[in-house]
Amino acid sequence: MDIDLETNLPPDALDGMQHLVSDRAVRGETVLLNMGPQHPSTHGVLRLLLELDGEVVVNCVPDIGFLHTGIEKNMEAKTYLKAEVMTDRLDYLNNLGNNLTYVMAIEKLADLDVPPRAQAIRVLLTELQRIASHLVWLGTHALDAAAMSVFLYCFRERERILDIFEMVSGQRMMTTYFRPGGLWRDVTSGFEAAVRDFVSYFPPRVTEYDRLLTKNPIFLRRTKEIGYLEPEVALRHGVTGPMLRAAGIEFDLRKAQPYSGYELYDFDVPTHTDSDTYARYLMRMEEMRQSIRIVEQALNKLPLGPVRSNNRKYVPPPRSELGTSMEAVIHHFKLWTEGFIPPKGSVYVATESPRGELGVFLESDGGPKPYRVHWRTPSFTNIQILPILARGHLVADLVLLIGTVDILLGDVDR
Amino acid sequence: MDAGMWIELIVKVIVLIAALLVGFAYLTYTERKLLARFQNRYGPNRAGPFGLLQPMADGLKLIFKEELIPEQADKLIFILAPILTVVPAWIVLAVIPLGSIDLFGRTINLSLAGDLNVGILYIMAVTSISVYGIVLAGWSSNNKYAMLGGIRSSAQMISYELALGLAFVGPVMMASSLSLARIVEAQSQLMWFAVLQPIGFLIFLVAALAEINRAPFDMPEAEQELTAGYHVEYSGMKFAMFMLTEYTKMIVVSVIAATLYLGGFHMPFITDRWPWMGPFMLLAKVFVLLFVIIWLRATLPRVRYDQLMQLGWKILLPIAFLNVCVTAGVMYLLGMIA
Repeated sequence: MDIDLETNLPPDALDGMQHLVSDRAVRGETVLLNMGPQHPSTHGVLRLLLELDGEVVVNCVPDIGFLHTGIEKNMEAKTYLKAEVMTDRLDYLNNLGNNLTYVMAIEKLADLDVPPRAQAIRVLLTELQRIASHLVWLGTHALDAAAMSVFLYCFRERERILDIFEMVSGQRMMTTYFRPGGLWRDVTSGFEAAVRDFVSYFPPRVTEYDRLLTKNPIFLRRTKEIGYLEPEVALRHGVTGPMLRAAGIEFDLRKAQPYSGYELYDFDVPTHTDSDTYARYLMRMEEMRQSIRIVEQALNKLPLGPVRSNNRKYVPPPRSELGTSMEAVIHHFKLWTEGFIPPKGSVYVATESPRGELGVFLESDGGPKPYRVHWRTPSFTNIQILPILARGHLVADLVLLIGTVDILLGDVDR
Repeated sequence: MDAGMWIELIVKVIVLIAALLVGFAYLTYTERKLLARFQNRYGPNRAGPFGLLQPMADGLKLIFKEELIPEQADKLIFILAPILTVVPAWIVLAVIPLGSIDLFGRTINLSLAGDLNVGILYIMAVTSISVYGIVLAGWSSNNKYAMLGGIRSSAQMISYELALGLAFVGPVMMASSLSLARIVEAQSQLMWFAVLQPIGFLIFLVAALAEINRAPFDMPEAEQELTAGYHVEYSGMKFAMFMLTEYTKMIVVSVIAATLYLGGFHMPFITDRWPWMGPFMLLAKVFVLLFVIIWLRATLPRVRYDQLMQLGWKILLPIAFLNVCVTAGVMYLLGMIA
């Protein structure tokens, strides 16, 4: 390989990317380093092009697309119900949240009613999902700081949540449990006991993480004043979720435009003003505690009744009717062959995912398949902020910054 | 030298090397097992009963691995670097006093180099060499991550080494000798220097952790940041040699800490009565220290390397200085030194 002695770079090293790096890189004064896509701390297959001055990050260019799955396009080729299976695979730590967003869009499009019991179970499970997602975040964030035990403790707790998901849906991650008009079916008999068990089990565990990390001087020095994000910059880049709330802007879709009955529950939206990695850490820790509050309330006032809408044009009839009702057989046949056909129109529905505003835009042309599906995913917008956060920090901080943005590549590339 | 001394020397060398090799192998096992227990896991439990054959399995696997040398690497230095790190770690133990026993009608000093009167200087000189191996490994790999790891370790070395050196001074002053045997003897007469020199002991432990690149100061290899740091390009037995160094140094540093601050091979009542218990007493103390090192790894996040430099220069070094001054002052007042 020829190497330019002047700059120490192969002649074609900077082809087509001079605009991404500073002039000093062109002169060979700084080092270009590819971090990822195979790197233990880029949380999947994120590739970062780093321009380093010693260990100080001069420029950081995220390169996405390594996990591109074409989910949006794929969904357009499937009936509405079949497409829901793809939503599980978007943000694979927020499967139920994705399900919820998608079915809510269909419900809005078709003006479907959802029984209160289904609404309550949806809230309950989505909040459990939020805890599970934050647990993965906390574990990997701590692991990035090399506190490896926290990672395994977090996964221990997450197991219990996944067990609950498996109990109700038969699947630990790819649940597809929420369906247009309600739920796939009612929760199983052991469900309430399992959730109650978890509600009493979990808060002491959060205290345990507190003891391991929150006041740990090494962790404090690694996270305080690292990755400051100005509120204006955050707003300008469309950053949402804990990132935005840690910058002092109280914006949570569960409060701002309550959906699925969130207005019935009493919970706080924590905010912070420091807007650094530590503030975002505290935010997410507090969010876990608030989520468990919601879960507890939802469990205590879980209404009885049906879990599916009675609109047979969208919701399959119960098995028992198939033997007695001709109409039920016809509905069943239509739903499983052609699928339901929502009216023409387009909707946008957004929910608060663990990472921020998760929205789906659905356009129906009056056929059984969506004409266009677009996901507004929080990871995709939040990752834009990474170069701004990383500038001037060390490589060691960068891995924590990737963690604090809490991106998920399945959510970024879809 | 008569034939008996030669035999004695050879036997001691073989025993020491065997002990270190077995110690290394089973330290990896102990660490994995302990870490696993700290973290709700089982650890190795497939190879042999309780996974006891796991180190052998690992060793065999590494021997059969293909040894890759990057095309752009500086091959000579690339091969020399692991040797340069591993040798110093091994030869340090020669000066550690282990007591003496009477056997076959002669008094045998269990330590390899006997009673070297500048034992401390020897340790300081030899342990510092290892870092060259790390820096050169990082440089010769021609890999940016490895390079960063190498640079980090040199930055790390200059910031803790001074504090480490000053932590040696306390025991040296109190024993009025640079000989490790004298230091152990002084502790058997007074009491453990960890009690008399608690600050010195703590500084020694912190600086020693940095010296051996163990958590929370494992920046040169920082898996999460630099993938594997300086040894990212190494495979097979060359990689195993870096691991060998890391674990041997863990043992060595624990041995030194036990000797300087925890009374070495001497244990009140026990070694006075049964001198052959000396090495076992030392082993017990070393094991306690090793447990602490592994425990720290399971608990603490990693310090950032500029923060380690701050810690070394701004906190450890002044405190170590102060400790030396206070020790000298108190000793002067007590009339222990003129």
